[in-house]
Amino acid sequence: MGCIDALKPEIILSRTTFKEAREYIRKNIREYHEVEPGYRVFDVHIIGVPPLYIGIEGEDLIFPYTKPCHGTFVVKIPGGAEVARLRARKGK
Amino acid sequence: MSEKTALILLGCPQVPVQTSMALYLVHGLSQRGIRPVVAGTMAARKLMEVADPDRHYLGEMVDLDAAIDEITGKVRDFDLCFVFIHNDSGIAYAGTMAYISGARLYTLIFGEHAEDLAGEIEFPCEVIKAKATHNPMPLKRRFDEVMQWAASMR
Repeated sequence: MGCIDALKPEIILSRTTFKEAREYIRKNIREYHEVEPGYRVFDVHIIGVPPLYIGIEGEDLIFPYTKPCHGTFVVKIPGGAEVARLRARKGK
Repeated sequence: MSEKTALILLGCPQVPVQTSMALYLVHGLSQRGIRPVVAGTMAARKLMEVADPDRHYLGEMVDLDAAIDEITGKVRDFDLCFVFIHNDSGIAYAGTMAYISGARLYTLIFGEHAEDLAGEIEFPCEVIKAKATHNPMPLKRRFDEVMQWAASMR
């Protein structure tokens, strides 16, 4: 899973589709923010067709991570400064 | 007039037709004066490099994430973009390219589920599809039609 491995992500959904990942975040995470395709969080890009969401739960980020061969994963990672950056986005 | 460029975005290389069709596309674009840049995972790129050891066909090759980084960062963009698709991730990457790049987008959909995947396309692009997994000829025939469109853009 690339460099985000080092952040020890919790895998919430595995080998799903980007649409199912979107629906999971929309339905299960109270606070979520829409981001554009290609939005960079940690060292990965959010990949897919809009709308794409990143959830915030406590200090954690919950977001879709797409791999070319294994589909999309929904992962949960301590958000650090990314939480504030996400909340600060204009109009979101 | 500046040189036209094309990004060829490879998907997971598990379906055999991808590598040969990507090399065929690289060759066709080069012949028409369009400079191809190939982006993909390391495995997808290595399959291409091993098949063309003297680099008769291949030019610049880049990591998939690096290519997306450059486009989202407005460091570079392309005139044309061809995305190989045989699974949901391929659709996701093509949708991303439709959003972040100003390139004219072509989605090349192949494999067992080509028809179903083509139904998932919800963004502006030219769809080229064929139920091809091992035999590249159905996809090649569709490619050949598109190559003429690409050349006509010059």
